[in-house]
Amino acid sequence: MKAGELLEYYRQMLLIREFERAVLSFFEAKECTKIFGTTHLYIGQEAVAVGACACLDKDDYITSTHRGHGHFLAKGGDPRRIMAELFGRRTGYSKGRGGTQHMGDIRIGHLGSNGITGGGIPIATGAAFSIKYRGTTQVVVCFFGDGAVNEGVFHESLNMAALWNLPVIYVCENNLYAMSTPVSAAFPVKDIAERARAYNMPGVVSDGMDVLDVKEKVGAAVQRAREGRGPSLVECKTYRFVGHSKSDRCLYRTREEEAQWRRRDPIHLLKQRLIEHELCTPEACSAVERHVKEAVEDAVRYADESPWPSAEDLYGDLFAG
Amino acid sequence: MRTTYYIKAIQEALTQAMEADETVFLMGEDIGVYGGCFGVTRGMLRRFGKKRVVETPMSEASLLGVAIGAAVTGLKPVLEIMFMDFITLCMDQIVNHASKMRYIYGGTVSVPLVIRTAAGAGKRYASSHSQSLEAMFMNVPGLKIAAPSTPYDAKGLLKAAIDDPDPVLFVEHKLLYWTKGHVPREPYTLPFGVAATRRHGNDVTIVAHSRMVSAALAASETLAKEGVDAEVIDLRTLSPLDTDTITASVEKTGRLVTVEEGYLCNGIGAEISARVAERAFPSLKAPIVRVGGADVPIPYSPPLEDAAIPQTADIVRAVRTLFKWRFSQAVAVRRAERSK
Repeated sequence: MKAGELLEYYRQMLLIREFERAVLSFFEAKECTKIFGTTHLYIGQEAVAVGACACLDKDDYITSTHRGHGHFLAKGGDPRRIMAELFGRRTGYSKGRGGTQHMGDIRIGHLGSNGITGGGIPIATGAAFSIKYRGTTQVVVCFFGDGAVNEGVFHESLNMAALWNLPVIYVCENNLYAMSTPVSAAFPVKDIAERARAYNMPGVVSDGMDVLDVKEKVGAAVQRAREGRGPSLVECKTYRFVGHSKSDRCLYRTREEEAQWRRRDPIHLLKQRLIEHELCTPEACSAVERHVKEAVEDAVRYADESPWPSAEDLYGDLFAG
Repeated sequence: MRTTYYIKAIQEALTQAMEADETVFLMGEDIGVYGGCFGVTRGMLRRFGKKRVVETPMSEASLLGVAIGAAVTGLKPVLEIMFMDFITLCMDQIVNHASKMRYIYGGTVSVPLVIRTAAGAGKRYASSHSQSLEAMFMNVPGLKIAAPSTPYDAKGLLKAAIDDPDPVLFVEHKLLYWTKGHVPREPYTLPFGVAATRRHGNDVTIVAHSRMVSAALAASETLAKEGVDAEVIDLRTLSPLDTDTITASVEKTGRLVTVEEGYLCNGIGAEISARVAERAFPSLKAPIVRVGGADVPIPYSPPLEDAAIPQTADIVRAVRTLFKWRFSQAVAVRRAERSK
């Protein structure tokens, strides 16, 4: 493993963390005037998006979820324009129409996020169908949470993807809770990866707190897909360090459990590894931290200074032309 | 002048689109060897092969999403949903994704997707194989809806739908498949949002779409014998709705009857009535009358199904009431009520 590569993962994970911290700070402010509605933060799950997207080229596709800022940043999204979207500004990726849950940029292969649990799963499957139809070597990574696995479209889509041997990797981020519902109350199986067996595709479990493990497991599935050997399901065991959305007080889980998972903070784990294996100096890490902090500050400044959409923009882009 | 069937016109539009553009493909259940439930795609598998005539498992909810994923990445899927009743299984992907993506992603994404489906009663298929649910989809911004009544329109509107960079719901009618009409062999398109006046008249405007156009035309023949000269407007597309043509006609005739096969409540007639009331109220000489499907699940037994679906006689009766109606009578009734 090259030091530069690891440092880049560290940078991306930290960027997501700092970005989300900034978002959280706006919501926690006494008067929340920057961001509206709600948000679902990615804090704790950074290794999944970064590890999975590290296996992809720019023209590969992803589909994202309601908890999507991390996916977008990891796929190369511009923090300025993501933040501007959260601020509801015209310069945001969706021109202020989408907000936190509805963003994408097809130019970098991000086919979009939405607020319907599992809504992106068939769309990812269709993008994979299109790849096969067009005969390219692209792949699709489809992100979704444990909750989505119990939606009907998950089962229909995995069945079709396997039947048609499509180049799609279903990456389940099992953060143990679908809002407040623990996986133990929603699944009669121990690992969600076991679901793959029913559709005759590989199903593997990954340590979602270890970016290298995610990269290895998703990477193997990506290679398989590129070689025309079909879809895979990768379950990444992870944890969100904050609530489901802004109003969640986490009454359904214990502080002990939270502390236990925080001891396996994916960013600290990676930093430890970097320093212990002398892959980089603490100074180099600090430089990355400074750089990331500045990037987030810059994104906030950009969003803050960006123009609001006007009422005349209301009917734009409903249809082409 | 070459005439052919509605079903053949649809097939011809599909074939010509597929010949002209490699990215156009068909997707649906039993559309291959079987040829689709109603035979629309018969022979297409042999002609275009498995790659472009994609038979799928029975997974409507995901299929719609698969078509979206294909559409946003450069293909032009034409998806067949066997019976319109089954489209309820696809609601999330139509309502929350296909119709919203261009707008919510800031205009950067196109969803050139066509959903073909067979609507309509009259074949005694009962409640889950007979509905005309198009009005429901007029409530979805970002979705276009075509519902042709003639073979000519079916071919031209389907080509327009396939060429369109936005999602289109294309509503066919089971009882129209084997109706005949003039259809040119060469490809052509018809614009969305432009209604056709099928009969010109001065006394009453009857607005209909799909199979109800022929019922409205039959009713207008009966009415002509009674001295009532009806104008019949065929909507052709429901989204966008050609409000201008309807309004102009009502301004001329002063009377409006709307006809639809779908449920009356919150139906197309309700929307048209509201628009006409907003734009042409001073022209109205009588209240607007809506004719529509009974607000009950479509029943099986012939006398029940016939009672649930508008018939020509219902349209004739509705028009007659407009000519019996007198403003002076209404005033007298109101006075009588007040004096009680």
